[in-house]
This record gives sequence, C-alpha cells and structure tokens, in this order.
Amino acid sequence: MARPSFSQEVGNLLYAAKGSPLSACIQCGTCSGTCPVTDFMDYTPRRLIGLILADMKEEVLASNTFWYCASCFYCTVRCPSDIDIAETMYALKRYSIWKHIHQEGLVGPTFSETFVKTILRSGRSYEPIMATSYLFSSGVKEWIQEAAMATGLMLKGRMPVLPPRIKRLDNFKRMIEKVIPLGGQS
Amino acid sequence: MKQFAYFPGCSLEKIALSYNQSTIETTRKMGVELKELEDWNCCGATAYFHVDELLAYTLCARNIAMAEKEHLDLVAPCSACFKNTYFTNRALKEDPDLADHINVALAEDDLHFSGDIEVRHLLEMIVEDIGCEQVKEQVSNPLEGLRVATYYGCQIVRPQKDHENVEDPEFFENLMTAIGADPIPFALKMRCCGGSLLISSREAALDMIFNLLKCAEDSGADVIVTACPLCQINLECYQPQVNQEYGTSFHIPVVYFTQLLGLALGLSNKSLGLGTELIAATPLAQYAT
Repeated sequence: MARPSFSQEVGNLLYAAKGSPLSACIQCGTCSGTCPVTDFMDYTPRRLIGLILADMKEEVLASNTFWYCASCFYCTVRCPSDIDIAETMYALKRYSIWKHIHQEGLVGPTFSETFVKTILRSGRSYEPIMATSYLFSSGVKEWIQEAAMATGLMLKGRMPVLPPRIKRLDNFKRMIEKVIPLGGQS
Repeated sequence: MKQFAYFPGCSLEKIALSYNQSTIETTRKMGVELKELEDWNCCGATAYFHVDELLAYTLCARNIAMAEKEHLDLVAPCSACFKNTYFTNRALKEDPDLADHINVALAEDDLHFSGDIEVRHLLEMIVEDIGCEQVKEQVSNPLEGLRVATYYGCQIVRPQKDHENVEDPEFFENLMTAIGADPIPFALKMRCCGGSLLISSREAALDMIFNLLKCAEDSGADVIVTACPLCQINLECYQPQVNQEYGTSFHIPVVYFTQLLGLALGLSNKSLGLGTELIAATPLAQYAT
C-alpha cells in the first residue's frame, strides 16, 4: 500500500473534528479575510490549505502560520464549506511537535511543551514558570516590560508566590501514565 | 436554591482573584450556590491540544467526572476552561469508545465519565438560567450612565455549538442593560484578544490588543467589560506596552462583568475585588455603595 500523502496525513489528524475534509476547500478566502493575525503570517490560512492540498509539506512545515493561530475559531465558524480550520491548525501544531520540525526562533512550540510539562508535574498552571519558557528568547525591552507588569500585579496581590498543586497528585500522574506514554515528560 | 459544580480554573486563583470573588458573591446574592470541584486540575488552555489530543481530553474529563459525582452541571467562568470542558464533554458523549478509553485512565483517580451533566459558561448560565428579567428585579443600584464596551472575545461563543448566533449575539448587552448600564456599539466585540500569542508571538498580540483598545476608545466606552481572565489580562496589563509600541495613551479600565453585576446588586467594592486593577476603575467610583 502506498504511503499516505502529506494532505492525507494532515486529514488523518483531524479525526475528532466534525467539519468537512480539507478537500472541500473552495479557496474563497473567507478564512483569510476573517483571521486577525494574517498580517503576521507567512501564508494566509487560505494559502496554507492550498499548500497542504498540493502536498507541499516542506513549505507548510517551514511556515509560521499555524503557530500564529490564536485559536479564536473565527475562520471555523465562517467557513462556507464547513471546514474546521482552527482545528487544522492544531493538527499541524501537533504534527510539527511530533516531528520536531518548525521554523527556527518560534516560541510557540517551546511554550506549549513547557505549559504541558508544568501541568503534568503539579496539575495546575503557574505563571512564573511559564515566563521562563519565553523570557530568554525575548529582548531586554520585553524583559523590562514583563518585570514592571509582574511587580504591579504583585503589589495588587495578583501574583502567585508558591506554585499551586492539586491534592491527589499521585492518582493524577498514574491517570496520565494510563493514557499516554510519558517519554520523559514528567 | 439552584446549585452548580464550580470550576474556577488556574487564573482565578491569583491573577484574576477578583473574578473569583465577584463570581461567588454575585451568584450567592442571586440565590445560586456554586460548589467548587474538590480537586480540579488545569483545563490545558490551548497547549494540551497542541501536544496531544487524548491527553487533553483526559485532563478535562477528570473535572467533568468530579462534577458528575456531585450530580451537578458544571459552571466555568473562564472562556478557555469552558470551551475545553464543554467540547470534551460533547466529544466523549458522542464517542463511547473514546469515553471507554479515558475511563480506564480516570479509574486511577476513582473517577468515571458517564456523560450525564452539562457544561456551562458562567455568563451563559446567568443569562439563561437566572434570566435578565430576574436580574433586573434584583438590581438595587442601577449603573445608569455607565458606557460599557461588552467584549465577548472568542471561546464563549466559538466554536459554534448548535445554531446560535455567533456573528452578533446580544446576550451580554442585554445583561448590561438589565443592570442599568449603557452598552455602546462596540464593533470588535467578537474579535480575539490574542490569547497566548502574547507569549509566543508578542508583536501580533500587541497589534490585536491595540485594535481592540482603539475601537473601545473610539466608541466612547468608560470601561471594557469581559467574561474571561485572559481577555482581562491582555487588555488591561498590556496597555502600557501598547502605548509604548504605538505611541498611544490608552488608559481604559477593564473589569469583569460580575463586578458590574455585583455593584448593581448593591455589593461592596471590597467584596467584588474592585481596587486590584492596574488601571483604576475610576468610572465605577460613583456607583460604590
């Protein structure tokens, strides 16, 4: 049996999405007109779908488009062909994390993995740990801005001092081991 | 008395503490009891689904199963918690094989997903289960003359659940009208605040926040009102950064809808967590009781 094409692989990652297959795309551009982030994307969502359907795997995976998707689902609710476009962006994010292929310098993949690791350790998220995943990759100006904001929040009693954790953490970790091979995640 | 299981979510523990306080106080005042899940975990925001779908469903299912144990529908005040939990509940109800698989994992924490409760957003619960008419009857301190920009953001309405209006819903404005405030037309009310792009793609997120602030200011809003901690944080805490990048001088308070609701119900500033903003909510001072 022939190996699946790239567009089939991406389609197969959408088993939980209820929308139409990507092949239903009519390239109308409603998604691109709706998306609030297109100015910052290498390809608009419409072009990205076109590239997937043309099996242009390298171009797709090298683009920042899906890592710039903020999960606002505006494209999804407006697509006249009923394609779940935001969910497609999620599928591409998972694909790029699994394959360890993404555009250099993107913070998104590191941030997502750090976030998940934090939660697998304690059951709850904790802003100061999150910060470490991206502050090293940003400039001095951003660092100062973040520090000023954190100080302001702390003065208002809005910054956690100790990392929170759930009570039944042992059960929680065993639960996770049942569902997914951890592979050094915890 | 109406009772719901309550999933506050990580943000409401600290950075959005005032949302938690005002949620508890206002619902109690209106005769609704929120019973906090005894050991809830993080919903995963957008990150779980970036890494692994099955893991994401399992973590959300754990919270649902705790609510099922109490035989109560689950209420979440955070739009991301709501969206993840709502759609996990739906996916597991529609796919018994997936539910079976996840139940094997949940058994490690003596929990089980049966699919017999509903998941609601706090704002939706107040508007639908209590109702704007009922709210209006309980208002003792109408917020007359307060011009509010009702900011829906994303995940409270999107993805679409059934055939509801996702382009121009009005339930948020209706609630604001019920408490005597004046919901001004806010063209970008459905547009994204940038979410976690603030961390991963800062330039893009600041652009999105700039557009929202500009639209709110041009609309003549006294305050922006939100129903999500991430929207609140992005729009409030990053105003100085936006001003620095765009040479603007935005100074618009961003408050939770429960804080306005509480004020209208005659609750004190302190009990609603007012005073913990980075941009003081001075337009609300005249309504303090």
